[in-house]
Amino acid sequence: MHASTKRTCLAGLIAVILLVLAGFVFQHWQTWILFTATKAIGYGLVALGIITLMRGGLVSFGQGLVYCTGAYASGLMATRLGVTDAPVLLVVGMLASALLALIVSPLIARYRGIFFAMLTVALSMVLYGVLVKMNAIGGSDGFTLPEPTFLGWQPSVDYADLALYLLAAVVAVVASTATRLYYDSMAGLVALAVRENELRVEYLGSSVFKVTVRHFTIAGALGGLGGTLNGMALGHIDPLFSFWTTSGEFVFIAVLAGYISVSAVFLSAMILELVRSFSNLYFPETWQLILGGFLIVVIVFLPGGIGSFWERVKEGRAARAQAEQEEGAGS
Amino acid sequence: MEFADILTILVDGVVYASWLFIVALGLTLIFGVLQILNLAHGSLYAVGAYAAASFTMLVPYFGLPPAFSLLAMLIAALAVALVLAPILERGLLRLFYGRDEVLILLVTYAVFLVLEDVTKLVWGVQPYYVFEPRNLFGNVEIGQLFYVGYDLMLIVLAAICGLAVWLGLNKTTTGKVVLAVIHNPDVSACMGVRVNWIYLLAFFVGVFLAALAGAYTAPLISVQPGISVNVIILSFAVVIIGGLGSIPGAAIGALVVGIARAAAVYEFPEAEIFIIYLVMAIVLVFRPEGLFQRTQARKI
Repeated sequence: MHASTKRTCLAGLIAVILLVLAGFVFQHWQTWILFTATKAIGYGLVALGIITLMRGGLVSFGQGLVYCTGAYASGLMATRLGVTDAPVLLVVGMLASALLALIVSPLIARYRGIFFAMLTVALSMVLYGVLVKMNAIGGSDGFTLPEPTFLGWQPSVDYADLALYLLAAVVAVVASTATRLYYDSMAGLVALAVRENELRVEYLGSSVFKVTVRHFTIAGALGGLGGTLNGMALGHIDPLFSFWTTSGEFVFIAVLAGYISVSAVFLSAMILELVRSFSNLYFPETWQLILGGFLIVVIVFLPGGIGSFWERVKEGRAARAQAEQEEGAGS
Repeated sequence: MEFADILTILVDGVVYASWLFIVALGLTLIFGVLQILNLAHGSLYAVGAYAAASFTMLVPYFGLPPAFSLLAMLIAALAVALVLAPILERGLLRLFYGRDEVLILLVTYAVFLVLEDVTKLVWGVQPYYVFEPRNLFGNVEIGQLFYVGYDLMLIVLAAICGLAVWLGLNKTTTGKVVLAVIHNPDVSACMGVRVNWIYLLAFFVGVFLAALAGAYTAPLISVQPGISVNVIILSFAVVIIGGLGSIPGAAIGALVVGIARAAAVYEFPEAEIFIIYLVMAIVLVFRPEGLFQRTQARKI
């Protein structure tokens, strides 16, 4: 196994252990954090998909499409077919969204920049429009989901949040480890070249079209996972999952995180959730105002996202080391 | 389908298209000059509508005849543009010129969030009804049906706005300077053009048009939180169908969206919301850059 692969898997393993331990700590200390963290992981998974697209130079402003598709696919599975097993529902949501993304990606892979963003918005709003009018599945009210079970085990009310959080943590780590491994693979690195210059990549014999389709499908799968997870966490899904403002929040998380680090996504999702919870609690009338202000501050002061923060620290250390070396050589 | 039905759909569609065109005109102008797709444009429309609701209330207060409410709405739109355009363009957007266009999109999303709450703070959450001006023009008979004269006046207003912007761009010196800036801001700056002023001017006109559309549609709707969200998505569809940065494109796009929506309302009410995006998706499949946009060469 390659050294960097080993390091990534090890980091994933450590992350799982830490997150699980944190889960048990918060279960006995501040239980509300578990619910917030589960929701943040759901958002983070969708944003991880956007970051995957961002590495190829594209930003989707309509990830609500796959988020909502995943939530509805697994939600209907739970209410209509009586399947309440959370891992099964996650797989169903993921596959449904990935399939949808695979079907629409050849159409949207021809677009770049603003047009790509707007076409994805259009698709998500088509889904919103359809769901609002479909009264058979709740129309604009959506529907309520049954309590999830975990491989046949039905946790008691006190432990329901913890169980879902633990599952979410494992899913988050597996998903981010897998995407990290993909980013560092040959196929994943081509994306960075696509971001720099598409035409040259084509001349060198790689297909930009294939990269885009692959990324959109991955983003779809991650969006489906996030949607299913948040559907289970909230216990209720409605067409607003596909509304453009929901998609805006995903882009916010992705930009806040930057496209360099995969763990930064979950951190920035958690920050967003905490800012939202606190402003909801203390400024219920003006939480959007605070969210918007926070967003502007982040874009002004951290244009590369939280993930670039580490890079900057690393660069700073390297520059200082070099300066010291030169000083030493001079004296 | 009877002829009368078609006529109804056409008239309704064109009325809807007229105010949508005014909003989209501002959006497309801002995009053309500043290369910014303004997600907060719908909020500016909403602020215009609220301001008009407040300003028209002053008309009876000062004992003026009801016709003055038309003037009050114009002043409201102008006031909104005078206050918000400099704050947003000079105070905020200026910081992000030359950065990633998606980043700027996100900044305007943040402005949208902020303006949503600011309008709630200023005007509260209860709806406003501005029905007075709608009675000013009486009713007009077309075919066998009566239409509110005010609605038809909106079509005239849209035509005036479109013509004014087109003439302003193509027949005045300032307009030619704006076109030069659209073509190449750096070279324009070298030739002595104050590009910053042109940006502010274009943004000001864009905000004014959004607020104007909001002000003059206030009598047709109940002015309440949430109107901005739908307007922005509709006007996006319009400019994408027509081609970003094109005035005739905005007009055609508005007509397509307006008539498609009216037809949907009469024939398949279930499809009202999504038919617009469906039309947009179909147009994009065949004309990736919109109906009126020239395709740009790819860079190596």
